[in-house]
Amino acid sequence: MNPTGDSSGPSQPSMGRGTPVNHGAAHVSRLIGLDGAERPPESDCVLSSRIRLARNLLGFNFVNRATPQMLADVVHRVQAARLGGPFSDGVRWVNVQTTTPADRLQLFERNFISRPFVEASHPRAVAISSDESASVMVNEEDHLRLQMLAPGLQLRPLAERMFAFDAELERGLEFAFHPRFGYLTACPTNVGTGIRVSAMLHLPALSLMQELDKVQRAAKDLHLAVRGFHGEGTDALGDFFQVSNQVTLGRSEQDIVDEFTRSIVPQFIDYERAARDELCARDAATIDDRVFRALGILRSCRLLSLDEAIKFLARVRLGVTLGRITDVSLSLIDRMLVEVQPAHLARATGCPLGNGRDDRAARADFVRRTLH
Amino acid sequence: MERLCDCCSNPAVVHETIVTNGVKAEVHLCAEHAAERGYILPSATGPSLVVGKLLQKAQAAAGRTQKTCSGCGGTMQSIREAGLAGCPLCYRQFEEELGALINRAQGGASVHVGRHPAHAADLVDRAALRNRLAKELREAVGREEYERAAKIRDRLQALDGSATEALGVLDGNGGGGGGDGDGGETAAEEGGRGA
Repeated sequence: MNPTGDSSGPSQPSMGRGTPVNHGAAHVSRLIGLDGAERPPESDCVLSSRIRLARNLLGFNFVNRATPQMLADVVHRVQAARLGGPFSDGVRWVNVQTTTPADRLQLFERNFISRPFVEASHPRAVAISSDESASVMVNEEDHLRLQMLAPGLQLRPLAERMFAFDAELERGLEFAFHPRFGYLTACPTNVGTGIRVSAMLHLPALSLMQELDKVQRAAKDLHLAVRGFHGEGTDALGDFFQVSNQVTLGRSEQDIVDEFTRSIVPQFIDYERAARDELCARDAATIDDRVFRALGILRSCRLLSLDEAIKFLARVRLGVTLGRITDVSLSLIDRMLVEVQPAHLARATGCPLGNGRDDRAARADFVRRTLH
Repeated sequence: MERLCDCCSNPAVVHETIVTNGVKAEVHLCAEHAAERGYILPSATGPSLVVGKLLQKAQAAAGRTQKTCSGCGGTMQSIREAGLAGCPLCYRQFEEELGALINRAQGGASVHVGRHPAHAADLVDRAALRNRLAKELREAVGREEYERAAKIRDRLQALDGSATEALGVLDGNGGGGGGDGDGGETAAEEGGRGA
């Protein structure tokens, strides 16, 4: 395995992060990091950006009150429409109702689908763009959940692409809309723009300084939802926190995106960077010990649970972004955060899915080989 | 110290302070007794406690109406239980009840601002006009210009909603009518660009 992260990795398909994305005017940019590797903007503190739009088709009951036949019709209707936008270069449709549990889990680990979408049993499907930057869940809580993902803080270009995609999609599909409530969603608290803007933050220094309570309070004051590594109901594994807007009515999509980019996310970034500076100035040896010890464990372990893998990879990530660890690239660590998860691991190594001890041995083996 | 349920010795998971005619009373219930009394507790896929409670209040405010949605056959009761509306027409059928809920959940906002589908451009324009006229009506009444107010009222009535309904939209947002009026106009302008 190439430690610079240039290899496409043992699992397939490759992550969207490895492919520069450029669709029309909305250019998703990349920067060069201290280690010479390409780095997305603000990636020292922001793992990824995501924008989601909820849409429902006029003339159909919402998913929770639709018959299986209606839901199958919704899938057909969306599949027959021209998706356009990021899907212009190719689209992969997965019938989530009939695909294997391992495939469903892998789609979840890749953030293409949500946990409830994995576990449901009704007719549903997901479309994934060929560059893997965009997906459309059909028949999640709403008929359509359009989603775009990018590494680092790239909400503005994502929003531009999303709005163009939405406008193109609307030529083939009629969305439910109310002049007062805006786009109608199954959950009454999502109406309006139906937009969910989120950033996955990496805040290890604030965690070390036990400042996370303040972060949570700040997020609450800003009317943000805070979730863990895998979205709703999950822990802040590895000190990753997903913050997203809760207000969807009375403010335009552009306003919400601008506020996130200009004000909200930078506040968290500044806070985290100040904490990192302080920790390094106060006791650099402790930070070095923490990040290099984590790297040592990952390079030597023989049994590795998922939680441990995320925890130690997150510490190594801190070491890489601080410029202390220089022989591992940020893109490799970010890719490994996905590839150590059960379904990816099972596909890459052939070990049975979710089999405790074998799973841990396979993960340790995979991590050791990848980091050497 | 852990609070116990008012009805048994299990730990309470629902805590509520109810003020009736200025008299404050606290309620503490375990999951079982909370469910018995109609509280909806959060679950992985179910409705949140907040949504359930807000829906309950919205329903109580509407006098426990048992209207049925012409689109999906749903009622406020079914929406409350699922924490989800049944179809787009529910929002028309239960506009008042859902409007109250949405207003609370969205921090006081009650009118959409932003993108809209091309097919809804007329609706958005009409809503913006109605908001603007309603604002002018309130101003005219405030200045005791009753002749002008009557003309504005006639124009409002000529639109698809009544003057009362339009004012209701404005009142729902609180903090003065200007925000709503401006919001509606912004939506209409964006619609023009997007169409």
